[in-house]
Amino acid sequence: MTQTETAPQSQATSHSSHPTAWKWYDYFTFNVDHKVIGIQYLVTSFVFYLIGGLMAVAMRAELYTPDSDLLDPNLYNAFLTNHGTIMIFFWVVPAAIGGFGNYLIPLMIGARDMAFPKLNAIAFWLVPPAGALLLGSFFFGGAQSGWTSYPPLSLITANTAQSMWILSIILVGTSSILGSVNFIITIFKMRVPSMRWDQMPLFCWAILATSILALFSTPVLAAGLTLLLFDINFGTSFFRPDAGGNVVVYQHLFWFYSHPAVYLMILPIFGIMSEVVPVHARKPIFGYKAIAYSSLAICIVGLFVWVHHMFTSGTPPWMRMFFTISTLIVAVPTGVKIFSWVATLWQGKIRYTSAMLFAIGLLGMFVLGGLSGVTLGTAPFDIHVHDTYYIVAHFHYVLFGGSVFGLYAGMYHWFPKITGRMYNETWGKVHFVLTFIGANLTFLPMHSLGLQGMPRRVAMYDPQFTAINQLCTFGAILLGFSVVPFAVNLIWSWMYGPKVGDNPWDALTLEWTTSSPPEIENWEVLPVLTHGPYAYGMNGRNGKGLNPSAPTSGEPAVEAK
Amino acid sequence: MQGSTIDEYQVSPNSEPSAEGAVAAHEEHPDYRVLGLIVFLASESLMFGGMFASYLIYRGVSATWPPEGTEVELLVPAINTIILVSSSFVIHNGDVAIKKNNISGMRLWYIITAIMGVIFLGGQVYEYLTLGYGLTTNVFSNCFYLMTGFHGLHVTVGVLLILGVLWRSRRPGHYGETKHVGIEMAEIYWHFVDIIWIILFTLLYILTLF
Ligand code: HEM
Ligand SMILES: [Cu+2]
Repeated sequence: MTQTETAPQSQATSHSSHPTAWKWYDYFTFNVDHKVIGIQYLVTSFVFYLIGGLMAVAMRAELYTPDSDLLDPNLYNAFLTNHGTIMIFFWVVPAAIGGFGNYLIPLMIGARDMAFPKLNAIAFWLVPPAGALLLGSFFFGGAQSGWTSYPPLSLITANTAQSMWILSIILVGTSSILGSVNFIITIFKMRVPSMRWDQMPLFCWAILATSILALFSTPVLAAGLTLLLFDINFGTSFFRPDAGGNVVVYQHLFWFYSHPAVYLMILPIFGIMSEVVPVHARKPIFGYKAIAYSSLAICIVGLFVWVHHMFTSGTPPWMRMFFTISTLIVAVPTGVKIFSWVATLWQGKIRYTSAMLFAIGLLGMFVLGGLSGVTLGTAPFDIHVHDTYYIVAHFHYVLFGGSVFGLYAGMYHWFPKITGRMYNETWGKVHFVLTFIGANLTFLPMHSLGLQGMPRRVAMYDPQFTAINQLCTFGAILLGFSVVPFAVNLIWSWMYGPKVGDNPWDALTLEWTTSSPPEIENWEVLPVLTHGPYAYGMNGRNGKGLNPSAPTSGEPAVEAK
Repeated sequence: MQGSTIDEYQVSPNSEPSAEGAVAAHEEHPDYRVLGLIVFLASESLMFGGMFASYLIYRGVSATWPPEGTEVELLVPAINTIILVSSSFVIHNGDVAIKKNNISGMRLWYIITAIMGVIFLGGQVYEYLTLGYGLTTNVFSNCFYLMTGFHGLHVTVGVLLILGVLWRSRRPGHYGETKHVGIEMAEIYWHFVDIIWIILFTLLYILTLF
């Protein structure tokens, strides 16, 4: 932190026609700079995370006692629906893809901006109205039928709020399709000429795979939701069995999107992991190609496993067989990644920064969630625990333990790049400890609730489950508080934190070669690649500048040959 | 380290050197709009794909398809199909013309395409008015109106794109041999609408004959 600000070229010659940095109010306007858009996404989605989190705490408070004494069941359902929707469509996906993707992709591939900057801004500005539509639905009673909105339930409870919910999802879906087009063209066409495919940072591979997945699966969801919208508002009967319709058609359309959606959430996080782990372990990533190709493999196989969500929907046995096997196959590339990170950590010279702690926490939680996922992938067991809290435990281990931990790791890792300042490491650690304990206290007991048969999506339950539910509620409250040190730390450090140089972690990817925060067009002169992104010397344990507070020169810590 | 070496000679050739001798950072990147459109249309075709798949499931589980009283008409849609398919060749002539710098030729072919598109839409409206059943009659009619209507919306957008091209082409020098991205995009979109229609026609009309 004692390092002086470098980036001599960028300060010596500034463009006469351009400002050198953005002002705070630029972040509230239609700005086409990918870095501004990235921050806009990050901040917006974090606000949604807080809103969705408050809903979750309210639900857990309701579940503190067996009766519905705090929220009436309709309100509980509305909270449930909007909690799930916000967390998936307005937090993890926009933060990981929109936020980190937009901020980092051009910087990592040595481009000045995305391929279509205006389209990028349009994609972002679709999100706030979509969120407003979703939150506005509370004034009309709130959508009742869960984030899956299965008919016939969604048709029976159909109201204005349900239609608003549908339009809101179609809007964010459009935003994510436009974003995907932008990412795909940017990554294919705008890498610096010197960057070969196998020198591209793994985060870029992850975003590429994610974008392909979003591109092909999102429109199918839009089709399904359009049919539902017509059923609700225009008297059609696509999903009304009494009039010749068929509810299973909805399930197919929905899960063709929503199974890939779990990878939309997790692949970018895997990308973040692949950047954070080698940098803070001071070692080249183990199995670069395996990680890159397994992203693509997940992307392709992921498009063909959706029926495992429908084992209990009268799916014929041969189909169950096929989709059980394909589901178990997806676990393989996922396992490949986990092993690669563990192997990277192995004998690395690990710096226990906040970013690294969250990355390690993610590994632990995700492995547990992945294991329970494999048990669910087998049809007989899934039928046993279907719609119980076991499911809730599973997907929160992967979604909270996987996605949220990964987003936190990314935020700490790139904070000095984005702001030019260092966050407070002690408060970062407090944040980690609270989050880790809170998450496990909340979600671990749910496995047992589910195995004992407590159904999900209910505001009231059998009194025999009270004690375990109270434990979960305590955990949820702890999780609620854990956000405070994070938010305060980041806001305070952004304003007053000690200034750091361009590359406090001595990382080797391109985004660290520009100033912190990066100047408006990223580089005065486009960088030229001299070697791959993870070439941390030939003896991985010899790293210079391991302590972020130790002075580092602008020179590479360990020169590759 | 990656990117630590700055090699001024490898900087993009279209960048202009600035007064300070450093290289100015404003080089334009190539135009990827056509590529972007193609990727976007790949995505959109899956939206139609979702509807087609649903339609096939409904068809598969029904005893009679289409149900009594909701049979489709064939003559007008067949004529419509011929018009739309041939319009794809017409619009291509316009693209060929502009690549030879023949602006009035391009305009002519694009005007003809727009007219053919409007005739197609007219035919569709006529069909809707004469069929004798509506959107909510049964699942077949639900699918029929939603799918053809959604496609009609795309034709309308296509016509608007073509009109946009024609409007801009009034400005001298706006389009030419080397500047025709907008024209090309309108053409690609039009082909897309055409291909979707061929599938739609097969599913909704031809398959009901069997
Ligand atoms: C390791 C690979 C995984 C496997 C094998 C797996 C398997 C499954 C299965 C079979 C179900 C259906 C349970 C039911 O009948 O309701 C399910 C549900 C779910 N999974 Fe996973 N999963 C995996 C990873 C993930 C990841 C990475 C995420 C998200 C980041 C995720 C999020 C969810 C969610 C949200 C549900 C709940 C769906 C509902 O509302 O019913 N899963 N998972
Ligand atoms: Cu799935």
